[in-house]
Amino acid sequence: MTTSAVKIQNLSVVLSGKFKALKAIDVLLAEGRITGFIGPSGAGKTTLIRSIVGRQKLTSGSITVFGLPAGSPQLREQLSYMTQESSVYTDLSARENLSYFATMFGIKRAALKPLVADILKTVDMTKQADQLASQLSSGQKQRLSLAAALIGFPKLMVLDEPTVGLDPVLRERLWKLFRQLTDGGTTLLISSHVMEEAERCDDLLLLRDGRVLAQGSPQALCDQTGTKSVEQSFLKLVGDKI
Amino acid sequence: MSWYKTLATARRVLTQLSHDRRTLALVLLVPCLLLVLLKYVFQGEPRLFNNLAPMMLGIFPLFMMFLVTSIATLRERTTGTLDRLMTQPMSKFDLIFGYALAFSLLGLLQASIASLVTLGLLGVTVMGGTLPVLVVAVAAAFLGTALGLLVSAFATSEFQAVQLVMPILMPQVLLCGLFVARDHMARPLQWLADFLPLTYSVDAMKQVTLNASVTTVLQRDLVVVLGCGILALILGSITIRRQE
Repeated sequence: MTTSAVKIQNLSVVLSGKFKALKAIDVLLAEGRITGFIGPSGAGKTTLIRSIVGRQKLTSGSITVFGLPAGSPQLREQLSYMTQESSVYTDLSARENLSYFATMFGIKRAALKPLVADILKTVDMTKQADQLASQLSSGQKQRLSLAAALIGFPKLMVLDEPTVGLDPVLRERLWKLFRQLTDGGTTLLISSHVMEEAERCDDLLLLRDGRVLAQGSPQALCDQTGTKSVEQSFLKLVGDKI
Repeated sequence: MSWYKTLATARRVLTQLSHDRRTLALVLLVPCLLLVLLKYVFQGEPRLFNNLAPMMLGIFPLFMMFLVTSIATLRERTTGTLDRLMTQPMSKFDLIFGYALAFSLLGLLQASIASLVTLGLLGVTVMGGTLPVLVVAVAAAFLGTALGLLVSAFATSEFQAVQLVMPILMPQVLLCGLFVARDHMARPLQWLADFLPLTYSVDAMKQVTLNASVTTVLQRDLVVVLGCGILALILGSITIRRQE
């Protein structure tokens, strides 16, 4: 039986005082697995992610991560967040970016160089190490942003659309990396609006208009809806709700 | 708060600037060019130039650091790097003091070059000597950085950040005693000027120009400028929230 890394109870978030981005969400997200937040743009994926990492003020309800309220100082060592934008300093090189983010985890100077070299190798960016981020392609910037999220060996990685705009070869490589991370015990929460990516996740949370349409493994969702793909499941569930 | 992280932030900000040579050149050289221009504007009034130039040394660092800091911190908010940092094990003060340290150092460099040009090349004499000029200029740079950090919270674009110079800094320039001695202004404006920190930055430079020793007025001026800077930093730290 798997334990839950994230527990969300009756979560609602209202943005700018009027727009209901999330509506009464109740879910448990399993530890050591890849959970995909799947849904169209505007479904509430990013707001849910920001709530889990502690950046979003909750209107009502609660979130605990590894038993602690979301945003607790103790969680900052255990969690990493990759935003939808590349969120790196474009006027620093790839190496300088990673070195800076690593110092925020208290990693001392002597250990920085080998650590950064290792992470750059993991995301296949050794050749671009000394290139300014502004000179990188959007795919390379995405990988650099992911590399920054790998610093500190987090127990929970929350990745907002990490593979958007990447070519198929690179996407394949990143999914292999995600799988290696969960094999090592890391929990991954990944948002995507691309349905074919959903098939690669262990568990799915299908979102629409700030609500959870369904939760379960891709196979379980297909069985539940009598369909052959997650995309068809999603469409069937949306159809049922209309 | 950790000094290691604060210093790392300052180093990172300075490294960013070192990669942006055009900005660096503008920050360091434009004040010198403007002072040379001013020298020739007042060609027939050398005594007036001698009084004005040191005051400009108290205004330039504040102006430049205000602009550079407000845009740099606004970028942190709009590019997502602040989102990343605020979920990491770093204090808001590591970020804020890192910025303040980096831009105060840049202010020191700017003031050193501008002072060298003003006191050396342009032949301006100040009774207090070069060191007090640099101290006042760095205090002004610190204040500009702190105000820039604070106002960046009220801008949603770089365009807006630049526009904020007009309501925040321009009234202070008009009322600080640069154009007209403060006691010649309308009484309400004199009172208003007493509440504006640039007044004390410019007044400190006047004190350095006219007095060979460190006067109590100079000490008061520096305390006010640094105090306002610290207050703006504290208020700026409140505008950076972990939860939004």
